[in-house]
Amino acid sequence: MAKQLNVFVDNRIGRIKSITEVLFKAGINIRAMAVQDRGDFGLVKLIVNNPEKAVFALQENNFACKEKDVLAIVLKDRPGGLFELLKVFPEDNVNILDAYGFAAETIKGSVFFVEVKDVEQVSQFLESKGFKVLTDAEVLEI
Amino acid sequence: MATVFRNKAIECISRTDLAKYQLKHFNQTIASALQTPFYQKRLKKLGIYSSADIKSLDDIKKIPFTVKDDLRDSYPKGLLAVDIKDVVRIHTSSGTTGIPTVIYHTQSDLDNWTELVTRSLVACGVTDEDVFQNMMTYGMFTGGLALHYGAERLGALVIPSSSGNTQRQLQLMKDFQTTVVHATPSFMFHVASKIKELGYSQEDFSLKKAFLGAEPYSENTRRKIEEFYKIDAYNSYGLSEMNGPGVAFECTHKKDMHIWEDAYIVEIINPETGERLPDGQQGELVLTTLKRCATPLLRYRTRDLTTIIADPCPCGRTHRRISRIMGRTDDMMIINGANVFPSQIEQVIMKIPEVGNNYQICLTRDGALDRLTVKVEIYSKLFAGDLSELEKLKAKIRDALKASIIINVAVELHEPGSLPAFELKAKRVVDLREKL
Repeated sequence: MAKQLNVFVDNRIGRIKSITEVLFKAGINIRAMAVQDRGDFGLVKLIVNNPEKAVFALQENNFACKEKDVLAIVLKDRPGGLFELLKVFPEDNVNILDAYGFAAETIKGSVFFVEVKDVEQVSQFLESKGFKVLTDAEVLEI
Repeated sequence: MATVFRNKAIECISRTDLAKYQLKHFNQTIASALQTPFYQKRLKKLGIYSSADIKSLDDIKKIPFTVKDDLRDSYPKGLLAVDIKDVVRIHTSSGTTGIPTVIYHTQSDLDNWTELVTRSLVACGVTDEDVFQNMMTYGMFTGGLALHYGAERLGALVIPSSSGNTQRQLQLMKDFQTTVVHATPSFMFHVASKIKELGYSQEDFSLKKAFLGAEPYSENTRRKIEEFYKIDAYNSYGLSEMNGPGVAFECTHKKDMHIWEDAYIVEIINPETGERLPDGQQGELVLTTLKRCATPLLRYRTRDLTTIIADPCPCGRTHRRISRIMGRTDDMMIINGANVFPSQIEQVIMKIPEVGNNYQICLTRDGALDRLTVKVEIYSKLFAGDLSELEKLKAKIRDALKASIIINVAVELHEPGSLPAFELKAKRVVDLREKL
């Protein structure tokens, strides 16, 4: 399963910059990123090339961060690509906590990252519907 | 204008007669105190086995001070001097460490207390023709009930409106032509700011007097409130350990507060050394109850800083006065009239595992009302990475604090290591409120 880092940040100037600085100094490459804002604080979500090393570097620098399993679903990079997925997504019993995506040249498609509670179960369900859910290693190769 | 008294014989008693009166009641208080497990142990150690062992008022100096911790350690019954069936009411307050304190009242205790309040209201010119709107919280907080009964005994029309609900307060003030209110100064400012917004004008009201209490404020604040409402505002002093309101009150001359010396022995001490200070010098107020049967307290350290003013007052009352409270000898915070210690907050948040090591307590003013924000650092190792968990943590802290200090708190979560850390004694309270 793809690994995402959730980093707790105060809502004040320069916090995301600090994260990127820590990761840069540790030689980490950020592949995708999203921010969830809750007023006084927020979560920065990161897909990186070396999650373990990134967690270590961030924790060394006092950041509270947690590695989470997320779904990395391959979509067709064309109109309706995301719609095709959401049509079959078992929305009635799966709550999407957060989602973001990007188009990736190397796989001739898009990758859509989805945070859900029961990652394994949703992953198996999507694969049964013909969707490709990338493994951790596959995400790193994009 | 001639001074009106509730009980001229007592209020204008000569100092010599007052001393005799005090000694008689001090003897009774010692007898009562010897009925409590706490004082029995303490007084017997000093060789005081009965009230006969007290020969003069000066003997009080032999007795050690009673402090808030003694009340806490004696909870619930260590300071109860009567049979519990003779108790008709209790007032408890939440303690700094989660252990509450309790003061018991017999019917005669309540009667004496109410009489002090009635006397105080009369000293400020309240009569049975007044309409008295009591905008203080009722319940365990002594401020509401004390003035309620005091004004009733005087024969005023009492509106027990309690605190909050500005719209209804204004409606009642208009419909019943309230002449006297009892409120915190911050609530008076808050109400003032809402009059127009809620569709009223100053002409709708007949207010003449306000009793302002439960939180410290300056002469300047009194003046502002008096000018805005075109009324007389009076200061008073009390603390729940000494009943509540009715300990000291201004008279119509508004020059410091007469402390009712027929009910309390008043001392001012150096808070560092405990040494007694002469009149006119600022120090910590120490009080001994003279008329309380159920919970007598000897030399109770109030932690409030003030000065005794012994000069005669133009009103003719012989009871000395105390100045406005100048501060505290501990770190107690007063938030919208309620007393809160930083240690109470610490006690609550440090029990929550997801909270890290550092926290900060911020006091700000939102309009006229105080706002308490507790900032805590999250604990890295228990960070689950989910927003929903963080929201739950916030609610958990908020609910736990509300249950402990009975005040609504805004909670902020912060990154580990982001709040100021202190090597020795942490200064965790940031009070950004402008002084009232």
